[in-house]
Amino acid sequence: MDPRRVLTVSARVDAAVSSTDSVEDELELSTVRHRPEGLEQLEAQTRFSRKELQILYRGFKNECPSGVVNEETFKDIYSQFFPQGDASTYAHFLFNAFDTDHNGSVSFEDFVMGLSILLRGTVQEKLIWAFNLYDINKDGYISKEEMLDIMKAIYDMMGKCTYPVLKEETPRQHVEVFFQKMDKNKDGVVTIDEFIDSCQNDENIMRSMHLFENVL
Amino acid sequence: MATGVAAWLPFARAAAIGWMPVANCPMPIAPRDNTKRQDELIILNVSGRRFQTWRTTLDRYPDTLLGSSEKDFFYNEDTKEYFFDRDPDAFRSILNFYRTGKLHYPRHECISAYDEELTFFGIIPEIIGDCCYEEYKDRKRENLERLQDDQEETKDMKLPNMSFRETMWRAFENPHTSTMALVFYYVTGFFIAISVITNVVETVPCGSTFNQKDMPCGERYTVAFFCIDTACVMIFTVEYLLRLFAAPSRYRFMRSVMSIIDVVAILPYYIGLVMTNNEDVSGAFVTLRVFRVFRIFKFSRHSQGLRILGYTLKSCASELGFLLFSLTMAIIIFATVMFYAEKGSSSSKFTSIPASFWYTIVTMTTLGYGDMVPKTIAGKIFGSICSLSGVLVIALPVPVIVSNFSRIYHQNQRADKRRAQKKARMARIRIAKSGSANAFLQSKRNGLLSELLELTGKDEEDQKSVSLLESQHHHLLHCLEKTTAHEFVDEQMYEQNFLETALQTFPSHSPSTASHDSPAVTCCSRKERRNTPLPSAGLPPSHPSSAHQSALHELSAIRIHCGDPLSHSTSRSNLNVKPDDSSRINSKSGRITTAIISLPSPPALSSDGDGLHGPLQRRSHPPSIQTTASSAGINIVKVSAL
Repeated sequence: MDPRRVLTVSARVDAAVSSTDSVEDELELSTVRHRPEGLEQLEAQTRFSRKELQILYRGFKNECPSGVVNEETFKDIYSQFFPQGDASTYAHFLFNAFDTDHNGSVSFEDFVMGLSILLRGTVQEKLIWAFNLYDINKDGYISKEEMLDIMKAIYDMMGKCTYPVLKEETPRQHVEVFFQKMDKNKDGVVTIDEFIDSCQNDENIMRSMHLFENVL
Repeated sequence: MATGVAAWLPFARAAAIGWMPVANCPMPIAPRDNTKRQDELIILNVSGRRFQTWRTTLDRYPDTLLGSSEKDFFYNEDTKEYFFDRDPDAFRSILNFYRTGKLHYPRHECISAYDEELTFFGIIPEIIGDCCYEEYKDRKRENLERLQDDQEETKDMKLPNMSFRETMWRAFENPHTSTMALVFYYVTGFFIAISVITNVVETVPCGSTFNQKDMPCGERYTVAFFCIDTACVMIFTVEYLLRLFAAPSRYRFMRSVMSIIDVVAILPYYIGLVMTNNEDVSGAFVTLRVFRVFRIFKFSRHSQGLRILGYTLKSCASELGFLLFSLTMAIIIFATVMFYAEKGSSSSKFTSIPASFWYTIVTMTTLGYGDMVPKTIAGKIFGSICSLSGVLVIALPVPVIVSNFSRIYHQNQRADKRRAQKKARMARIRIAKSGSANAFLQSKRNGLLSELLELTGKDEEDQKSVSLLESQHHHLLHCLEKTTAHEFVDEQMYEQNFLETALQTFPSHSPSTASHDSPAVTCCSRKERRNTPLPSAGLPPSHPSSAHQSALHELSAIRIHCGDPLSHSTSRSNLNVKPDDSSRINSKSGRITTAIISLPSPPALSSDGDGLHGPLQRRSHPPSIQTTASSAGINIVKVSAL
């Protein structure tokens, strides 16, 4: 990943009062603005065409004029698509999946890289991405607790009014089913190879991976 | 749907890949995007100023004009742009709404103009952002108040079919509606004043009689004062009973403040009559007389300012309450302190804490009578603190009350000013309106005139070019005439025929009422009094003679006149009588039905060519002939059958 150019502009607002006043220090404004790499570089790194990158950037910059998305904004935006439930937990996991260098903000490059994998990547790459999403602590294994967290987050997005009614143990049951399918050696964790193998053997999953290919 | 973040939908869909491995069931098929249109720039031409934006920007809000197919109605094929004939400045904020998802209200914009723009483009004002919403709501409320003031005046109009009771109630509420009401208003005011003055004078010492000291006038001239009091109370009682009778909702009237004041004002007298000189209750009787002073509050019906004051106090109730509360707190604190400070000194007037209340109040309100003064040093110190803090505590809520009063007062002033301006405005509007109404009559005459001139072989030189709009409008009115088989005429012709039929005792004229502006009332009421004799030379000889027309000749001496030099136009309008129409008139036997805009004719008519008719009519004021009340005081829409 190329080093990003992060401009930190800080302006200290000095009132007529002397600088010994501690309140004035709080007014120090720092704006972080981010300019993405050039269009050619992004074109080379991702599988999007120039026009697509333009459209993506326009939408991105419209929502986030400063050029970076922080987690709050991310949660806000994502929650608007799921008005009935609470999408904040899942958005948190999603944010971590996009924020590949873990600096607390998603820049346009992160955004576009992630999208490139999801929309234009091979099935393998998509599965790897999904594995990274589920592996919350990024230790290479998906444990049952991690999966439970993810599952609860997904079910939270459904909200309360569902049919049939959501029960307490539904996420847990779903995790059991998942582990039965994925955990080949029954050691309680799912490694990446187990994950990819099991997914490639499952027809439904394979088919659904191609679902969003024509999104952009 | 989150239209504001529609740009992020592709991302959300892509992120859904994260659910796929977890899902147990197959996924539904994704909708195909068949349009596959590249995002294109749209040009929006608003009154010449070109705005450009992406199509997808506008598509974000599909339930507005620009976001839906409704904008196709405004598409201009030749220039390949969407043209809107609206205000470009206001359009800026509307387009920004699409771009940023937030609607802002520009402060320099007029609120109703902005509202109209929003309605035109299909945007509901409730989505105005928080930054501008308060301002928007404030301005809207202000505007609504202004419009409400305007509407309240239209309530003053007299409806034609008001029962006697309603008329009376209206007379009570608005004294300016009729002379009787005005008389009543002044009479009651006068008697209130008399009553209050007698109450005051009663207690003045009147000079001593031969063996007694100064006694108040009330005891000296008992009979006189009793008579005056009786007269006043009788007037007040009658007034109260009349109001009670006329009130639309008696229960609500009895609960209103003014009626309670009325009752309290007259009750002591009756109680005094009932109670004879009973020793034990005479003391109570004397206190009852105090209530007679409440009669002065009856003046609030007569004075707008008093009412405003009362309304202000009512609306500032919370501030007044706060003032009272804080004052009480301060009084108690300082009274206690002063009492204990002065306890040591001998012959101190501060005998108890309640006794110190008086000192505290007098000091805090900076009255300083001096009947109670602290003598110890501590007392003096605390006394000075007390007086300083008194100024502060009182000064705090007062500006709020003042600003409230000022706002209400100015609102009232504005209402009065608008009422005064309204007359001038309505007069101007009336002139403009009647101009258009008379334009039609004028064009009719021009048409007939040109026919006449053609008959006599002269050239038509005075052909005013009429615009297409006007000619179409006239054609429309003409069609209406043909439909109803009646013709439009101006006021004078109508009045003339009206009188003539009245004299011929034709029973049928049914003024149909239609809504129109009240100035017609004043116009018609003026009409009742002025008449102009018409020298018979003014009538052109082209009148075909029939039974009707001879009566018309007789009536020529009587003409109802509306105060402008339009009399020459009536001779013109006589030209309207075509030979074929007269037969129709005879058969219809003078049925005058009322049908169109009746307005005082403007001076515009006087600019017409004068050459055709006889000498101008004399204008004088002979004894009037009263027309029947149907034309006066009712807003009528008139058409006469010629």
